[in-house]
Amino acid sequence: MESVRTQDVSVNDLRWKIEYRPDLCTMCGSCVAACTFNAIDVGMMRRSITLSRKAFPDPTQEHSARPVIMQKPSIPSACVGCGMCEKICPNAAIKPVRNQDTRFSVLARQHGPVKRGGRTNLNPPRTLDSIFVGRISQMTDPALDSERHTFDIRSPLGRVMLAKELPLRVDGDSLVLTESTPPVHWIYPAIFSDMSIGALSTRAWEAIALAAAYLNEKCGMPVRMCSGEGGMPIKLLESDQLKYMILQIASGHFGWNRIIKAMPRMKTDPAGVLIKIGQGAKPGDGGLLPAAKVAPHIQAIRGVPKATLHSPPNHQGLYSIEESVQKMHLSLNAAFGFRVPVAIKCAASATSVSVYNNLLRDPYKICGGFFMDGIQGGTGAANEVSLEHTGHPIVSKLRDCYMAAVAHGLQGQIPLWVGGGIGLTGNAAADAFKMICLGANGVIIGKILIQLLGCVGNEHGRCNACNTGKCPTGICTQDPRLVKRLDVDRGAQNIVDYMLAFDSELRKLLAPVGNSSLPVGRSDALVTTDKAVADKLDIQYAC
Amino acid sequence: MALNLMLPQQEGHDNSGFAMVMQDLEGVFSHYKDKPLLSLACTPEGVQLVNDYMEERAFVQVAQWVPEVDKRPDLKINAMPRYVFRNYDYPEEYRTRSQKEREDLLLDTRLELRALLAEKQNGFVYSFWPDVLTLKEIGDPADIAVYFRLWNNDGRLTARNIVTQCRQNTNYAIVRYAAHPFFLQGYTVCANGENTFFTKNKEFQKSLHRGYVGFESDSQNFLYTLHYVLHELRWPIKYYKHVITPLPFVEVEKRADRKVLNLIRESLAHLEINGPNTIIGLLPDGKMITCCDSKKLRPVVVGGTSDMVAIASEVCGLNAIMPDRDLSKDIYPNEREMVVIDNDLAVQRWNQ
Repeated sequence: MESVRTQDVSVNDLRWKIEYRPDLCTMCGSCVAACTFNAIDVGMMRRSITLSRKAFPDPTQEHSARPVIMQKPSIPSACVGCGMCEKICPNAAIKPVRNQDTRFSVLARQHGPVKRGGRTNLNPPRTLDSIFVGRISQMTDPALDSERHTFDIRSPLGRVMLAKELPLRVDGDSLVLTESTPPVHWIYPAIFSDMSIGALSTRAWEAIALAAAYLNEKCGMPVRMCSGEGGMPIKLLESDQLKYMILQIASGHFGWNRIIKAMPRMKTDPAGVLIKIGQGAKPGDGGLLPAAKVAPHIQAIRGVPKATLHSPPNHQGLYSIEESVQKMHLSLNAAFGFRVPVAIKCAASATSVSVYNNLLRDPYKICGGFFMDGIQGGTGAANEVSLEHTGHPIVSKLRDCYMAAVAHGLQGQIPLWVGGGIGLTGNAAADAFKMICLGANGVIIGKILIQLLGCVGNEHGRCNACNTGKCPTGICTQDPRLVKRLDVDRGAQNIVDYMLAFDSELRKLLAPVGNSSLPVGRSDALVTTDKAVADKLDIQYAC
Repeated sequence: MALNLMLPQQEGHDNSGFAMVMQDLEGVFSHYKDKPLLSLACTPEGVQLVNDYMEERAFVQVAQWVPEVDKRPDLKINAMPRYVFRNYDYPEEYRTRSQKEREDLLLDTRLELRALLAEKQNGFVYSFWPDVLTLKEIGDPADIAVYFRLWNNDGRLTARNIVTQCRQNTNYAIVRYAAHPFFLQGYTVCANGENTFFTKNKEFQKSLHRGYVGFESDSQNFLYTLHYVLHELRWPIKYYKHVITPLPFVEVEKRADRKVLNLIRESLAHLEINGPNTIIGLLPDGKMITCCDSKKLRPVVVGGTSDMVAIASEVCGLNAIMPDRDLSKDIYPNEREMVVIDNDLAVQRWNQ
């Protein structure tokens, strides 16, 4: 008998255990072929079977070596619970089951920090879930009919001037514009968040871009999509559809070479430029595209060799907020002829209010939006330690920023766009409505989009393998065989359908509070069942 | 007359109060039209505080009218001990100052008096402005009129322009300041309805102007925005409607002046109103206006004869005071419309 090796990893040490029913299995091998993580394998097992083949009991015992599906007791090929095996099995013979006794977090650091896709596994209760739309109009301030009434659902992207500073001259009984003003675009209050072509598969990225264009051109919803750091396909840069895209420049400046070179051939201006300083899921950690995902076309778009691509945690060479505003905003605004709003995206942090205050004082009036990403935002690869233990919840930080602007009478001057967990429970419209009431001009949604494409990752540690290049749904990988698993048109349709429902749901929330335009800062419409939340956000407490 | 207009609309009263602003006064005030008139309701200590303050600031009292109140015991009125309506002359140094400086002085004086009286609950100061009288009271409007002898047509208290309302606000506690109409530097507004954007309006207005104070009623915002657009920004009146009820984006796109309209919407997004309301206003030059929220969820009607035009919530009010008018000329303004009545009673009605 072999000696017992107590230090060996066993299946019971892993987060997910494969529940396998040999009696149902036909050994077709589909599950093994579908498992991108190499977590299961075909093996042989010696089995003892008691049989009785006659009309009366006549038990005999047989010993035979039989083929079975086995889970590998290995950390690098641990099951992530994606459930592809279950999906593909024709006989319901196999499925992953969450393992309560996991020792994974203790054992998995043999090769440095654990890296994972952008979902935290620590699940404090969400603030938004304790908030309700509490001021419902009944009699004196009647509710509207959400199906029949006309709603005006648009939000600004761009630097807004104070009325007293507007270059307007009275001419008779009219006002005449005497000078140009910073560009402001009124868009749909939900922006498709910055997920780069590289982080996502080309097909996933295309599906989101397709949905954005369809929503604009067929549904009358001016949704904008942010490119993410990493550049864009040349064809898109030179097409009319560029007007639906917000170009992102992050600290690694990946892909910008191509964008700059394409500028003379651009038919139209992009919807905006977003300078990413930080992101919610791993603030202060920069971006990370593992080498496994840097395929040849990614190398071409970004202009990089095949290597893990780290974006630095900050924009190198910039020392202060003022300097950022001057250098980046002036140069980018100038590059696009001051026709394109340039906004900044930061991770929510204890210092966000200082940054926002600083931007509000910007003498150039050139910051076209303050995007903030909370701890539950982000989809990319990350070290688990950053993902789960750094960051700031978005709700109170949004409120702090809004109230800071209120204190100076500058609310609305730099539109506040917030993300990080919007739609985490699947109800993005409700989250968006609450955030808008608390002072946001609009929300950024990301994770829910990839979930609509088929992502099975969740906040309870299911899958979370965006960093591995083995995404079983073809969303977060560059492996051509896996990418083919994703149906672009079906994915785009899911997003379009969801956004149409989102719009309808937003109306369903606007109608009972009697508003036909967005209730930015209408905190009186909200109540919360949590006293601490009520005190912090300055909204009504209800119990 | 104003009271008679209000009576048939009794259904709309809840006997919580009565208030009015009179402008372009006749009767006892006809000789002091250029002298600021202070309207006060206070305690005897309050009068003393005001006397001392005004003396210290070198205002010279030139006239005073104290209503002879009817103190019948059964009246439903929550009266203050003293009602004071006084004309002052400007301090010596202000007699040669600009109009703006005088306007600022009157506003600051009122705000300081308000704070002074509020400190120990000694009273309320409603307006301090030439040729404008304000009276606000808590109780049954008819009884309040009896108390102040407003039914007596003795010619002492008359005016060419009157804005009045017969109830207190319902959304908040009953406070004298909360009674419509509201007054600021020559601008008067009363409203029928609610302001669902009260919080966002208020949060923005608080930092726009020192005179935007109180916020005892959700419709005070309408006055402050009117004042901000016309008095502070000095924009033509048609832009008031574009600020409070911006045109839908699809409609703006069709307009030649879309750039200006978009800029206004962007800059003053927090002054938009979106709830159910009708606004009736009186401007410093005597023009009266009315307009509605963007969904037209509250009634209003304008009607007139050759020597009088009135705006009322309900047509029964007009019928009571002008039964013989040409009914076909009554105007029921729609959601995107504004009605302006000039001093010569010419009625303009335009689309936003």
